[in-house]
Parts: sequence; structure tokens; C-alpha cells
Amino acid sequence: MLRLEPRGGRSPVWAVASPILAMALTVAVSAAIFALLGRAPGPALYTFLIEPLTSESGPPELAVKAAPLILIGVGLALAFRANVWNIGAEGQYTMGAIFGGGLGLAYPDAPAAVLLPAMMALGVVGGAAAAAIPAYLRTRFNASEILTSLMLTYVIQLLLIYLVTGPWRDPEGYGFPQTALFSEAATVPILIEGTRVHLGVALAVAAALIAWLLLQRSVFGFALRVYGQAPRAARFGGFSEARLIWATLLMSGGLAGLAGLIEAAGPIGQLLPKISPGYGFTAIIVAFLGRLHPLGVVVAALVLALSYLGGEAAQIDLGLPSAVTGIFQGVLLFFLLACDVLILYRVRIVRRAVKEAA
Amino acid sequence: MTGPVIPPTGGDTPPLLAPPLLKLSGIVKRFPGSLANDRVDLTLRAGRIHALLGENGAGKSTLVKIIYGVLRPDAGQMSWRGEALTIASPAHARRLGIGMVFQHFSLFEALTVAENILLGLDDAASRRDLPRRMSEISARYGLPLEADRVVHDLSVGERQRIEVVRCLLQNPALLIMDEPTSVLTPQEAERLFQTLRRLAGEGCAILYISHKLDEIRALCDEATILRQGRVVATCDPRRETTERLAGLMIGGDIKPPAARRHTAAAPPRLAVTRLGLPATRQFGTDLSDISFTVGGGEIFGIGGIAGNGQVELMEALSGETLADPAEAIRIDGVAAGRLDISARRALGACFAPEERYGHAAISGISLAENALLSARVRRGLARLGFVDAARSTGFAAHVIRAFDVRASGPLAEARTLSGGNLQKFIVGREVNQEPGLLIVNQPTWGVDVGAAVTIHRALIELAAAGAAIVLLSQDLDEILTLCDRIAIIAGGRLSQAYRPSEITLSDIGLLMGGTDSLARHAQA
Repeated sequence: MLRLEPRGGRSPVWAVASPILAMALTVAVSAAIFALLGRAPGPALYTFLIEPLTSESGPPELAVKAAPLILIGVGLALAFRANVWNIGAEGQYTMGAIFGGGLGLAYPDAPAAVLLPAMMALGVVGGAAAAAIPAYLRTRFNASEILTSLMLTYVIQLLLIYLVTGPWRDPEGYGFPQTALFSEAATVPILIEGTRVHLGVALAVAAALIAWLLLQRSVFGFALRVYGQAPRAARFGGFSEARLIWATLLMSGGLAGLAGLIEAAGPIGQLLPKISPGYGFTAIIVAFLGRLHPLGVVVAALVLALSYLGGEAAQIDLGLPSAVTGIFQGVLLFFLLACDVLILYRVRIVRRAVKEAA
Repeated sequence: MTGPVIPPTGGDTPPLLAPPLLKLSGIVKRFPGSLANDRVDLTLRAGRIHALLGENGAGKSTLVKIIYGVLRPDAGQMSWRGEALTIASPAHARRLGIGMVFQHFSLFEALTVAENILLGLDDAASRRDLPRRMSEISARYGLPLEADRVVHDLSVGERQRIEVVRCLLQNPALLIMDEPTSVLTPQEAERLFQTLRRLAGEGCAILYISHKLDEIRALCDEATILRQGRVVATCDPRRETTERLAGLMIGGDIKPPAARRHTAAAPPRLAVTRLGLPATRQFGTDLSDISFTVGGGEIFGIGGIAGNGQVELMEALSGETLADPAEAIRIDGVAAGRLDISARRALGACFAPEERYGHAAISGISLAENALLSARVRRGLARLGFVDAARSTGFAAHVIRAFDVRASGPLAEARTLSGGNLQKFIVGREVNQEPGLLIVNQPTWGVDVGAAVTIHRALIELAAAGAAIVLLSQDLDEILTLCDRIAIIAGGRLSQAYRPSEITLSDIGLLMGGTDSLARHAQA
């Protein structure tokens, strides 16, 4: 019989080992799923996890897919540290694309030096504005931000669909539900010639570094950690609960909005009814897999980005549905949460009916 | 078997030849990183009140949990009425006839007395004609209870009575009481003692856990003293002095705090005027019409039973809850009622709330970071929004040295400290900010005698240096020894202030029970 025994503290070893074990278990379950779908598990795993990295365009593509995950994941890691559960990053991402993208569509001929920074700023504002609604409802009415931020996501997605099928539809687009392409000045520049690696990748890494500095060294980062661990102690320390909720939601929303704008004005190049393969939700897994640590988020984002590339490869080479990506991500989150039990508990194997007759 | 011999006591006890009711020998219990019980022997006999004495962390709770079947010992034997056994669970313990009244009650606030008692009973048989048996036990042992009252309207003493009655309904052979008087008025405590003596007279064994030496000397026939998990002595407390018992308990001499030097009246550093606040949480206490002033050099004591508004008053004074109007609280003359806690710290006030974990300090972060939590403003531990790690560590190290905090260093996580040491750190952290006003709630609650002496001395020195101190405490001895003036809080109202010499323990008991003013009684 297995029994869980409290360790009486957090195990530093398992804090690191838990995500590694979770990944190993996820790979094992993925292999079993491939086998059930009638594919040889070995080659299928190779196609899913290794092959995307072997081609010349592999690593740059990984960085492109990881960039939005890092931007969103870093913001969520900060919010989750404070026990503020922003689940609506997908909507904030979309709102950022709408705000910034709208500017780019309205002034396609403005100089790039002004237009692109202004679009990015508006992207941040859009994401933050979307997150401000849950923040207001939480601080004013004590409504759970989990529900409000999630529900708002669907509202915002419908707004995007309305815009690209209605007022913002490209008149020369043969009736397709899409906007015109962003002008040269309104497009996020490529950093490495011949790849799709764009400015957003550098911004994502910069955001992770800044967040790390904030969390480790600033009074604000300290307040986040304190509030997450003991809200009453945070109040005793002079940190206002409402201000922390606002700050974390605006910050995570703003970063998600920036990610949305960069994705729309970068790799996608226009606004479509669907501009995200679920980055906002995947970033939740990224934040946890990265141990809510900004630098861990970078590593975790690469892992989850691989699952997107692997999903495409599995679709093309193995004829499997792209839902493989979602399954992989879901299984990973499941095992991650399960393995995290080992940080606070140790597993003891006990024989039944212990008699103490020493 | 090898334990020290118990001296024979009074004549009304059953013959010593009968097998003891419960006998523990060589009980060992290890926890990761500590040995909570180290070969502990304990013998309990029918009809005896046996004290289990020891500082916090001495292993009392572990031993009791073993007896009550909550924990299993790693080694050692137990026998019940002469038969060897292990107690597998609390339900098993209750079937044997062991009842326990915990320090923290497990009652449903929203249910009535009768419903709570019903829920606590294990089997259907004992539920039969409950009302009759309840009133029988209430009458017989002097435990008045109204079956239909809802628990959240009851005083702590009344709640304790529910727990006691719940145990007595099972006709226990052994009753365990864990720190039962820590929440009672002197009158309520005396009443409880009568109940316990009556029970013992009828042959029930009582294991009485406490660190209050005077009451143990008044109540108990035998005492087992634990220190660092070991039995250091078994004795008859009635034949020992309080000092000797204390010495055995902490393993050294204790120096009582120096007598308070009386200070002349100074302009008030804290003035509270007609402070009223509705409760912010369910079952909280509304504060109404609270007025008092505290001058520099003065220690002002606020006594009362837990849950009568102490926590709410503490939060109102600290700024964790804002008061209205701003003039209701003045710190050094500045209207501070609408200022938050950081702004009040900037005015010179410091605070040490009652709850150590998750309020005054956080277990999962280092002592240096815990220093940052409240000393940031007054000690400049942060600059331009960034933490000055070197200064935080330095300040924490200073507190650790000054208050003799046993910790591996300023980077030790708070959770690694014992309760007493963490409390010394918390009080030290506030005192070392050189406040003009210090407000402390229950500064020595649950800490060992040594730590309590350190904390008391620090408060006295701080007052001598000109600070005003407000001491909220349920420990009447503490308030009467340390304070220049005292007032009692009951039901969210504060009595007028008295000098300790002007007031007797029974007056305090009356005030605790909510009597508005003694003057009426005294001068009537």
C-alpha cells in the first residue's frame, strides 16, 4: 500500500525533479497513445519530439512559437505567484491584437519608427484593458477573477470575429473573413535574415529577464511573493491587496496583449478570425512547468513550443489529427500537478496491518 | 518501571496496589529532525489529577496525541488497566474510556449546543435520551448549559463546557485537558477546578496539561515534567515551590523582570477617542466607543478573554483596518485613523500582532525577508523600489544577536525556528526599530518561560526609553506585572483604566464578563 507522508517542508530536490518526472511520464503516455492509434511508438515519438528540431528551420521556428508563450507565461508567473489566477490571457492576447492591429490598419502609411512602437504600446493597453475588467470586479465585488477572466475571453474572441467579418474586412479580400495585410511599416521586423525570427523573440527574452529582476530584487516582487503565501502578512507589511491585484492583472494582461499584437503584426501579418493556437491557455502550463520562475518559463516555453511543431509534423508525416498537441499539453499539465505532490509529501510503502510489538 | 518514585499522597486515593489505569514506558517518537519523546514514562491512576508540565516544544502535545491515538509511538509500551495494547485511533481511545478536551475547540459556530454534542458522539446508543443525560451531567458537575443556544453567541468558557460535557457523556475513565484555563476568567477557571476535583473524587483520572505553575500547585496531585522530550522529574506539585517547578521546566534559573519604574505623566503618544468599527468578518466583534490614552514611558495593558475585540482593536490601531474619522486615533498628535500601516510606521508606530505564522511573519521566507516585511519603512531596507539585501540581512542579524534568537542565521527560513524563538525575533524586529509607540498582542502566548522573560525585559526597556506601549494579553499575570494602567475589553467595549493596585482579580473577572463599570459596584 502506498501512503503519502507530509515532509514538513518543501523539498528543493523535487521542486526541480517534479517537472522532469512529469515530462518523462508524458512522453511515456504519448507513446502509448501513438501505439493505440496504430503507429509504432518509437518512430512516432521521433517525429513528434525530435524531427522538428533537426531541420534547418527547426530551431528558429521553435523560437518563433516560444516567443508568445514566454511573453504571456512570464506575466502569468508573476500573477500566479500572488495567487491571482488570470486564466483569460487568451482573451487579453486577442484584445492586444485588436487594439494595436487596428492602429496599424488605420495608418498603414505612417513612418515605421512611430507606427510600430505605437502599435505595441496599444497592444499592451488593449491586453491590460481586457484584464482591468476582472481586476475591477475582483477588487470591487470580490468576484473570482478565474471565472470573469475566462468568460471574457470568449466575448473578446467574438469581438474579433465581428471585426474581421464586418467593419474591418479587407474589401479586396474576395469576401474572406480577414483584414488587409499590415503594411511594411506596421510589421514586426525580422531579426535573423532567412528565418522567421522576429523582434518579438528578443522582446520576450528581455521581458523574462526584467521579470526575474523584479521578482528577485524589487519590493514589488517581494510583495507578490508575500501576498501569495500569506495575504494577512502582506497587509501587515503595508502592501495593499487591491493594488497588488490590479498590478498583477494589468501586467499579465499587458504582456499577453503585446504577444497578441506581435503575433498578428509578425508571423500572421493580418487579423484573422483565429489568431492563436491557444497560446493564452498553453502559457498557463508554461508558467507552472517553469515553476513560476521567469527564467524557468523560457525553458518551459521551448518545451511547449515543441509540442506545437511536433503536432504539425505528426499531422503531415503520420496523418494524425493536430489534436495530438492538445493531448500532449493536457497530459503534461496533469502529470505536472500530480508530481508536484511530491514536493510537499513523500511516498511511503507500508505493509498492511503494522503490529508494534517490539 | 525505572521512573522516579511517586511520593505517597493524600488518604482519599485508591490503593496503589491496583494496576495503574494507564501506564506508558519508554515511549519514543521521532519526527524528521527532532526527537519529540525520548523514553518517556508516565503512570496515571484512577482518581488522581496528574499534571503534564513543560515548555512549548517539550513534547507534551506529542505524548498526549499518542495517548489519544492520534500518533503511533516509534517504540515503547502502553498498558491500560494492566493490559498491554496500542491505541489505534481516537475512536479506539474513546471506546477505552479516554476523553479529551482540546485547547482549540471543534464546534460548529452556527449550530446549537445540543446539535454540537449530538454530532460529537460516536454511536447511536449514546444518543438515546440525550437531553435528559445532558441536563443530569450539567447539574451534577456544575456545568450549566442551555441546549438551544447557538454556539457563536456563547463565551469561550461556555464553549469549553460543551466540550467537557461531550466527554463526560461517554463516562470516561481518563479525561485529558489541554491548557484548559488559557481562555478562562479567574472565576471560570475556579469553577472548572471544582468540576475536575469532583470528577477525580468519583474515580476519574485526569491528565492536566498546562504551563501555569500556580494552578497546577493548587489542583494537581502529581506532576510529570518534560523537557526536550524527556521526563526530568515526577513530583508532588503541592510540595514544590513555583520557582522550583519553573526551574525544572526550563532547566535553569529564571530572572523575573525588573520591577517597573513608575513614570510621571507625559503628553499622550497615542490617543484613541470614541473609536467604533463594525466587524469586518463573520462572527467578528464590533468595536464601540473605545477611548484611552497612553503616554511616553507608559505600558498600557488591555486584558480580556479571546474573541472580545482584541484582534479588531489591534487591526484598527495598526491601520490594517482604517478607522473613521481620522481623529479617532492620534499618534503623537497626528490624526492617523485614515493612514495605512506604512504611514503609521513612518509616524513612529510599530506593531506585533498575535498570530506569528501568516500575519506577523511568514514561515516560508527567510528571517532577513521577514525583517523586510515590517522594518522596511523605518530602517530603510529598500531604496527606489528595490530591496537592499545587505541591509535586510544586517538588520535581521542584529535582531538575532540582541534577542538571543536561536536560528542558523538571518537566511534561515522562519519555519525552522521554534515558536518561542520566532516570537523573540518578531518582538525584536519591532523593538529594534526604536518605535515611539509599540502595540503588541499576546507577545508571550505559547512561548517558553525564558523567551517570555526576554520579551518582557525588552518591553520594559523600551518604555523606559520613552516609548508608549499598548500590551494586549489574555495572561492576567503578565498585564498585572508589567503595566502601569490596565483596562479590560469585553464585547468590543473597553472598560475605564485602572492602576494594578486599584483592582483585584475578581474585579477583573467581572469586567471580563462584560460588567460596564466597577465603580457602581464598589461605591454602591
